[in-house]
Amino acid sequence: MSESYTKPLPVRDELNRPFWDRARAGRLALQACRHCDHVHFPPSPVCPRCLSDDQTWRDASGGGTLESWVDVHRAYWPGFVAELPYRVCLVRLDEGVLLVSNLVGDSTHASLGARLRVVFEHATAEIDLPKFRLA
Amino acid sequence: MLETASLRNRAAVVGVATTRYGSFPDTDEYGLAAKAFRGALEDSGLNRDNIDGLVVCRIPSYARMGEVLGLDPRWSLTLPPHGRMSGIGLIEAVLAIATGQATTVALLYANIGRSRRVNYGGDEMPSVWDPWGFTSPGMAHALMFRRHMELYGTTTRQLAEVSVAIRHHACLNPDAVMKKPITIEEHENSRPIALPLRLLDYCLINDGAVCLILTSRERAADCRKRPILVSGFGARDAFVQSSFPNFDFDFWHGALREAGEAAYAMAGVERSDVDTLMAYDNFSPTVLFSLEGLGFCGRGESGAFVEGGTLGLGGALPTNTDGGHLSNSYMQGWALNVEAVRQLRGECGARQVRDCEVVQYVQATPCTRSIIYTRA
Repeated sequence: MSESYTKPLPVRDELNRPFWDRARAGRLALQACRHCDHVHFPPSPVCPRCLSDDQTWRDASGGGTLESWVDVHRAYWPGFVAELPYRVCLVRLDEGVLLVSNLVGDSTHASLGARLRVVFEHATAEIDLPKFRLA
Repeated sequence: MLETASLRNRAAVVGVATTRYGSFPDTDEYGLAAKAFRGALEDSGLNRDNIDGLVVCRIPSYARMGEVLGLDPRWSLTLPPHGRMSGIGLIEAVLAIATGQATTVALLYANIGRSRRVNYGGDEMPSVWDPWGFTSPGMAHALMFRRHMELYGTTTRQLAEVSVAIRHHACLNPDAVMKKPITIEEHENSRPIALPLRLLDYCLINDGAVCLILTSRERAADCRKRPILVSGFGARDAFVQSSFPNFDFDFWHGALREAGEAAYAMAGVERSDVDTLMAYDNFSPTVLFSLEGLGFCGRGESGAFVEGGTLGLGGALPTNTDGGHLSNSYMQGWALNVEAVRQLRGECGARQVRDCEVVQYVQATPCTRSIIYTRA
């Protein structure tokens, strides 16, 4: 599969590695502060709320609400051409964190505040991408 | 400490110039900026030796720029190429003049995005969201406008009013890139890029350069043309959700309100005194967000507010009278500030706003700024 995958892949680093490791296991994880309990994404070298170094990762529920969406008709990478138009969404996870992802499956009846559920799409041997469906 | 109110009318714009706009593969930022610099000097009646402050934006090397122009400034500032630096640069120039760091500042901006085929998306501007195909400022603005539609019932036909009014202004501007009038229907049927946004909601990409020269109010009196005063300004950044580039969950509403109120208070003017608005229009929704944030209409009411030609010449609030980024030139706010000056001087010909005394510039961006200009 990885040979045929032509869309951009995440740039993994020390900070975000736990996110992608857990995604491979079908888990949506968020960085959480041990000091003040703040949950955030993308991961940050210190907690953006209390500036503590003492951070860990915590599984999210996988549920969220739809805050907005866009139907993309132009491909900025050749790998997206076959999928045009594709739907990008802005999700508010139940933990309060905002994520950009794709809305997959039937989303004809998308509306602000619609309930969403995470699904994982296999991209390569190392990467599974979290995407969302209307719940 | 220097009080903000004491900065009112301390500095004035005394020279402005814009180059031709288009695709100029045979020159570069230095060549374009040098043309604009010569033009602004000529406009001001000053000579090169009067310039002891230099601001450069979207120009690769400040040092090379100084070499090309033969300048060893006493004070200089380099701004990144992002489209939100004009307000920052102008305010910094006023502060440099007010604190004696420089007496006369030239601000230079050049863009060669057209001839170098800049895309504003994809691998040019990598982000954490690339795997999901979320890239380019246009997509971020589409995400905001979809929210606005859902929250307030705003329609794309209302959004079209922004593009149509601004295109009409471009048709009256001999320098503008786009000079063919458009209708709401043409907007509605233009090529979809990132729905709900279409081609006619997107700014142009073109080459060109801009120069403004600022000096103290006292020195300005000796310049060639009527000085245009920087009467007020205000600022607020929105950085805490920068992982969503060019996006603000709240349409920069709070930042706009704060920057606008600071600018009005400093200038000693009311919102209702504003004769024409120069609103950063990288994408048409930004104009709607600016109108709401500055309080020209209520929250969620910008769609109805712009219906029926409000933003056109002769309307209640003529906006982007040069044709803006949507139809004049993508000079990232710099040319809109030049237009503010030209309106106040009465140099705008067919697009002149009658009895123009107060002009407001605003950039609804992660670095929100607003500037009020008045006539000396």
